[in-house]
Amino acid sequence: MAQDSILLRLEDLKVYLPLEEGILKAVDGVSLEVKPGQTLGLVGESGCGKSTLALSLLRLTPRFARTSGQILFQPRVGAPVDLAQLDAQSDAIRAVRGNEIALIFQEPMTSFSPLYTIGNQIIEPILLHRTKDAQAAREIALDMLARVGIPDPVETIRKYPQQLSGGMRQRAMIAMALSCQPRLLIADEPTTALDVTVQAQVLKLMRDLQAEFGMSILYITHDLGVIARMVDEVAVMYLGRIVEQANVDSLFHKAGHPYTQALLRSIPRVGKKSKRRLESIQGNVPVPINKPVGCDFYPRCPFVMPGLCDRIEPPLVPIEDDHRVSCYLHPAVVAAVQREDESQAYHAT
Amino acid sequence: MVSLKSEQTYEILSQRQLVWRKFKRHRLALVCFYALITLYAIVIFAEFFAPYGAFERHSDFLLAPPTSLHFVDENGTFHLRPFVYKVTNELNRQTFTRTFVEDTSEHYDLHFFVHGDPYLLLGFIQSDIHLFGVDASGTIFLVGTDSLGRDVFSRLLLGARTSLFVGLLGLSIGFVLGLFFGGISGYYGGNVDLFVQRLTEFLQSLPTLPLWMALAALVPAEWTPIQVYFGISSVLAIIGWTGLARVIRGKLISLREEDYVTAARLNGLTEVAIITRHLLPGFMSYLIVYLTLAVPQMILGETALSYLGLGIRAPAVSLGTLLQDAQNVQTVTISPWLLVPGGMVILIVVAFNFLGDGLRDAADPYKHI
Amino acid sequence: MTGYIVRRLGYMVLVLALVSIVAFTIINLPPGSWIDNYATQLAASGTLPDQSELDFLQHRYGLDQPLLEQYVHWIVPLVTRGDFGFSFEWQQPVWTLISDRLLLTVIVSLASLFFVYAVSIPIALYSATHQYSAGDYFFSFLGVLGLATPSFMLALVFMIIMLRVFNVSPGGLFSPEYLNAPWSWGRVGDLLIHLPVPVIVIGVSGTAAVIRILRSQLLDEFQKQYVITARAKGVRELKLILKYPFRMAMNPIISNIGTILPAIVSGSTIVAIVLGLPMVGPLLLRAIVAQDTFVAASILLLLSVMTIIGVFIADLLLMWLDPRIRFEKSA
Repeated sequence: MAQDSILLRLEDLKVYLPLEEGILKAVDGVSLEVKPGQTLGLVGESGCGKSTLALSLLRLTPRFARTSGQILFQPRVGAPVDLAQLDAQSDAIRAVRGNEIALIFQEPMTSFSPLYTIGNQIIEPILLHRTKDAQAAREIALDMLARVGIPDPVETIRKYPQQLSGGMRQRAMIAMALSCQPRLLIADEPTTALDVTVQAQVLKLMRDLQAEFGMSILYITHDLGVIARMVDEVAVMYLGRIVEQANVDSLFHKAGHPYTQALLRSIPRVGKKSKRRLESIQGNVPVPINKPVGCDFYPRCPFVMPGLCDRIEPPLVPIEDDHRVSCYLHPAVVAAVQREDESQAYHAT
Repeated sequence: MVSLKSEQTYEILSQRQLVWRKFKRHRLALVCFYALITLYAIVIFAEFFAPYGAFERHSDFLLAPPTSLHFVDENGTFHLRPFVYKVTNELNRQTFTRTFVEDTSEHYDLHFFVHGDPYLLLGFIQSDIHLFGVDASGTIFLVGTDSLGRDVFSRLLLGARTSLFVGLLGLSIGFVLGLFFGGISGYYGGNVDLFVQRLTEFLQSLPTLPLWMALAALVPAEWTPIQVYFGISSVLAIIGWTGLARVIRGKLISLREEDYVTAARLNGLTEVAIITRHLLPGFMSYLIVYLTLAVPQMILGETALSYLGLGIRAPAVSLGTLLQDAQNVQTVTISPWLLVPGGMVILIVVAFNFLGDGLRDAADPYKHI
Repeated sequence: MTGYIVRRLGYMVLVLALVSIVAFTIINLPPGSWIDNYATQLAASGTLPDQSELDFLQHRYGLDQPLLEQYVHWIVPLVTRGDFGFSFEWQQPVWTLISDRLLLTVIVSLASLFFVYAVSIPIALYSATHQYSAGDYFFSFLGVLGLATPSFMLALVFMIIMLRVFNVSPGGLFSPEYLNAPWSWGRVGDLLIHLPVPVIVIGVSGTAAVIRILRSQLLDEFQKQYVITARAKGVRELKLILKYPFRMAMNPIISNIGTILPAIVSGSTIVAIVLGLPMVGPLLLRAIVAQDTFVAASILLLLSVMTIIGVFIADLLLMWLDPRIRFEKSA
């Protein structure tokens, strides 16, 4: 595969948070790829590490977090950079933040400081990365606000965040994120806190802007409904690991991992008359401190195979083209483990 | 072999147990907690722990420095029982100041449970037993004597008792006031709330000490020590309740909006049940924290007032009145042990502050890290 | 917004009126009056007081009138002519007695307030950005000590150190040659030389309190989403901390002037007494003991005015700094 067709490649990314209670493995060996212009969805329940993953890409995890693995990013010019190697306070990572990679958060309420105007906060990254001229920066900000569908940008730019509605605030947030035309937009549950109608508008806006700017999006959510509308490819995350990855169609129709299947069954469907109760997944997401040996999901899995699932962690193995699963229900996964065993046995002799 | 390590064992703990567990992790706070309990126990029985009476004068030992305890005598022999040397004072012919020197020819063993100055323990148990002491012809002043030849250590214990309990007494009065005003403010809301709010704001905007000074002058000169005691506590409390009232009001209002309180109301619980079962436990911990942090303020207030001669007054002894002896800089420069009561104040206040901090961290059992 | 300021001013006037009543009442509440005190003093010095003279004085000073009337006789000239009444003990108008001392009290208090913020803000910033470092622990420890040490004790210790180590008697805000001199540049300079000791002694506990509050505020703010957002924009760390969490944490600090200033005024009162500074504190103590009513009530009133005006200014400052409050108040 040609290097230049990949925008972001994560190689065995691990983010461990040493806490009083033990080491919290928030991200535990994730490998992913994002191609230019592609939208990759990252799905999982709250607490599965998807937000930590997002923060770690920009080295924004807490200072005491330990990051290992590779975050290979292809900037606009030059060779790919391993972001994981950059110091969190370095100029190099700051040149990427907000410029090459931008971030939108779930809470439009708290993402802006209430002490400064919207304009002040949107112009800030423009002045940092695009122009030193205050007037030009203001023009860019006004243009961006207009593009995200804010009715009166000149008025809005003087307003404080708390004077805008939730939807408008999230639009302003998107305007700020896209103001430097990043190559990658990380959207961490950008519509979760919004009303359903506003949510639909914001999603459409993001799609339109993506088409316009040609950026890639890493879309993080727990909402599979949004995934179906937004993304090309999905990765399902559970306790810091990717358990299944596929394009949207095959994931929704041929989900290979019991966890994905359970997630899918827990979505309410409109128009489908069903006498069945909406299913929920038994148990809660355990805190990933002292994780179980073997498959992370086996304590909650209805198909658990004692002696196998609770002994060796299943690898993420392709079961079809563009469809990878880490579950022993698939012979390919079992075979992969056996191959590994044999090669170890072979090396041992 | 498959082990089901993942099956976590959960314990069901009550709120109190949770708080206690969290509190115990706070080493320093725990140490301060036990230290304060010990201190309160000691000062309650101060007359027993003090080797001398508070007003017992040793006219040969005016401003005598602390007596040193020895284990090894002049011949280098080790004694298991500590002893003190006889101390004599000599007039320095050059400087005309008195200096105290140890006379190594005579020594007195330290004895426990010795008979001495008679006293009333807890106000009704007659006794003359002191925890430790030396023979009547010797002297033991652990922190020296004051300008009247009284043992500072004994007076320190008695003074600490006054200060520690004035703090508690003032606090209980302030607590009642704060609970009342904070309670009606948070409960009735509306104009009552507005009035109480303005009142507390008003009191808080005034400089405390000058106001205390003016109020302390209200305590009549002919009052008995006990009356003065209550008087000063009340003076401290009159201004000290405002913070507590604010805490209670704020907590009541925010708790009333909590989902679990709404849930309780929807479940048909009566108002009384809601208050006792849900609201009170909800802010009991905050109250305790607040009270712990308020005690040192009271103690500092009493000390300052007594130091100025407006608070506790002779014959009663408090840490503040003891520090009055340290008013003269010349004297203190020569006899620095007169400042020991000040050190005691600092230690007590620090201990209360650490305890309060530990309790605050523990009070929120759902807060991690 | 103007409406709010006007309302706030009106409220302040009301509070001041209330303070004058409270101050006057408290000072007059103790049984007896300055006349009794005077008589006792005379008796103590061996002269038998002449009853008719005492009665004359009592009448002349208006001490035989009901309290309300006495109050009116005090407050009306005060409001209309700035006349604070007459000191029985010092036999001169209260204002002549206290004006110079009041000015020094204001200067020392403001200097202490400035000291508190100038010292505590950098330390809190350091402690919060270096949480759990040795420096953080060191400052926390100092802070605990600072909060626990009574200011008069600190003043005493300072005096002893000065006396023992430098063999100079501190105390006082002026060198002897400037003590009663009229104001001149030389006197200002002399004051500046003498200012640090009282200012540090008075400011220590306030400094400790502000460090504590600001540090925990900053640590709270560091966790906020908007800080991460700003960081994700590529803002330089130092600029980010000052622009976002620090500005945010400054608000409670400014509104805390409301508690810091009364504490400083309290502290200055007792420290002035211990160090023998020519401020209003020693005069207040003396007047309270001697029941020199107008002096005591005037000082109590003026000290309260200082803190109340301070709190008012802090409120305005807060409104100017925080758009959220601006909207709330003007709405």
